[in-house]
Amino acid sequence: MNENEIINTIVAILVLSGTFLSLVTTIGLFRLPDIYSRAHAASKSATLGVMLILLGALVYFYQDHGLDARLILGILFVFITSPVAGHLISRSAYYSGVQLWEHSVQDELKPVVEKKKKAAAEAE
Amino acid sequence: MRTNDVILKTATQLIIFIIIIFSIYVFLAGHHNPGGGFIGGLMTAAAFVLLGLAFDIDTVKKTIPIDFKMITALGLLIAVLTGVGAFVFGANFLTHTFDYFMLPLLGETELATALLFDIGVYLVVIGVTLTIIFSIGEDQK
Repeated sequence: MNENEIINTIVAILVLSGTFLSLVTTIGLFRLPDIYSRAHAASKSATLGVMLILLGALVYFYQDHGLDARLILGILFVFITSPVAGHLISRSAYYSGVQLWEHSVQDELKPVVEKKKKAAAEAE
Repeated sequence: MRTNDVILKTATQLIIFIIIIFSIYVFLAGHHNPGGGFIGGLMTAAAFVLLGLAFDIDTVKKTIPIDFKMITALGLLIAVLTGVGAFVFGANFLTHTFDYFMLPLLGETELATALLFDIGVYLVVIGVTLTIIFSIGEDQK
């Protein structure tokens, strides 16, 4: 195996596992019961999937153009922003009163939010 | 009920630098690669809109203590002056030229007067976008 084939194999593994994780994300969005578990699927596996595909592109273009700073910046950017976006979506869903899945076992945020609401009501 | 936005605020403080640096990169790369004044200005404006979302509009106004309408006017002025500047050298309106210079740190660099025009476009786009978004977003007094 020469050098070119090794790089191509690495790129193929990275891109294929990235697309597989994106597919897992889509299946998770269809199959999971409530918004919180869907946000869990969307933010985690989609982030890793996109990062793997970008990493594959980075390795692929390294042969001809050297390291592409835009791709590194893109990987870093997705890594920082995507979980924050997932956090904000599920948090705003919780505060606007979206119900948990009926078989959910516990809700640890509930007493905290109720305490805060009571304190806010007393302050008025 | 006030909620605690610490995750969004911390992430914003980090990301804003990435966005602004990338927008400047896109702005400067516009001569030979995809990019230019328009998209660079939009990305810089997007960074300030993100700052406005995570904190509030007053924070952005404190960050850039200039009237955004003045930025628009300044950009238009720069763009017109690069056109008028061609008259000084006896050329037609908006004639642009370029040359190679030895700069410290950067080495031999191609400097084009089209970059000055692009700075005008960049400032106009930032000014117009932020004026529109913040006049929609502000509370009525």
